[in-house]
Amino acid sequence: MASMRDIKRRKSSIQGTQQITKAMKLVSTVKLQRARASAERSKDYFNCMYETVNSILERVGHVEHKYLASNTSGESTGSGNSERNRKKAVIVITSNRGLAGGYNSNVIKLVTRHPEWKKEELEVYCLGNKGREAFTRYGYEVKDCNSDIVESPVYVDAMALSEKLLKSFADGEIGEIYLAYTAFKNTVSHIPTLLRLLPVEAGGADEETAGENAGAKETAAVMNFEPEDTEALDMLIPKYVTSLIYGALRESIASENGARMQAMDSATSNAEEMISDLTLKYNRARQGSITQELTEIIAGAEALG
Amino acid sequence: MADKNGFLLRIVTPDRVFYENQVDMVEFNTTEGEIGILPGHIPMTVIVKPGILNISEPEAEKEAALHSGFAEILPEGVTILAEVIEWPNEIDEQRAVAARERAEERLRSRTPDTDVARAETALQRALARIQVLK
Repeated sequence: MASMRDIKRRKSSIQGTQQITKAMKLVSTVKLQRARASAERSKDYFNCMYETVNSILERVGHVEHKYLASNTSGESTGSGNSERNRKKAVIVITSNRGLAGGYNSNVIKLVTRHPEWKKEELEVYCLGNKGREAFTRYGYEVKDCNSDIVESPVYVDAMALSEKLLKSFADGEIGEIYLAYTAFKNTVSHIPTLLRLLPVEAGGADEETAGENAGAKETAAVMNFEPEDTEALDMLIPKYVTSLIYGALRESIASENGARMQAMDSATSNAEEMISDLTLKYNRARQGSITQELTEIIAGAEALG
Repeated sequence: MADKNGFLLRIVTPDRVFYENQVDMVEFNTTEGEIGILPGHIPMTVIVKPGILNISEPEAEKEAALHSGFAEILPEGVTILAEVIEWPNEIDEQRAVAARERAEERLRSRTPDTDVARAETALQRALARIQVLK
């Protein structure tokens, strides 16, 4: 049995840790509330944008457009380009700090364990330090990393990133753009999600909105564009991509804090458990030492008498 | 056909729902010029240019400075997805005036590497802000 002093030392160290986890839990609870409120507020825009762009694309029917057609299939005739165009850009949103349970590794796994993706084809754009660390370790090509965005997302930051990506997409440097983030469903459930940003999946909306749109389609006439449709889409799609990135950022932050809160909650209760276990052991050890002392005294007295 | 009850106008920004109400008419600037929308408009998508957004509610009129975004117009309602939009009371007049002067200055002392398009948009934005305040 460990000595009383050892047990005591261990107990107080666990108590220290518990205080930290408790404080972190409180902090992330507050942050979660704030992040959730702002995620919910921006969700409207996010959903609206998604629905609008999808309904527009459905109304337009088939338009030849640089952002709509996949570069890989579109230019397969020019065989020189197809090799290069197989490059995929992936934006991965992670946190800057750890201690958030499986939050970071779940998103990263989405990319590293993707059945069809090869390491060489990917360009990773990391938002958040943890993602950068992991992808550099696995040997991925980390193109760019901006960890400040994650602390407090501003629309302008999302705009800058989407502009850069769209430019290399238009130049044919990359063929597809994906976004890996953690969708915030509620406080306890966060779903790592992989979304294709470009080429836009025309009509690829989820069942619900597709059904709605089909209904609207019959009654409404063909959508008109007031600049020309290709020109309008030129302006619309960057906004669409930006808003998706921004919305994903918001949701990811809410999820991060949710995940951290959960992780810290279970850490606190684990520490509680260990402390009560150690208290028991400590008391037993103390009782043991008292009994031993008594036995020694009695034995000594008997020997004298 | 055009019903007398107006239509639903929704203005959404990345951070909040800016406005949502039944209105009679809405006017704003697009890349193709000013546009006024009444109920029963044909479906159309327009790109917003900086300018004043004028909302005619049944009882009142409202103005806001609309800077960028796009609008989806449908017979039953209009959705404006605005990246930047402000009510008059959210505008800092001094900043807007300073921004106008800066932009004008940049356009006056034009050099080959002046980003004219950017300066012009900045000027339009500042003008929209100042106009809304008046």
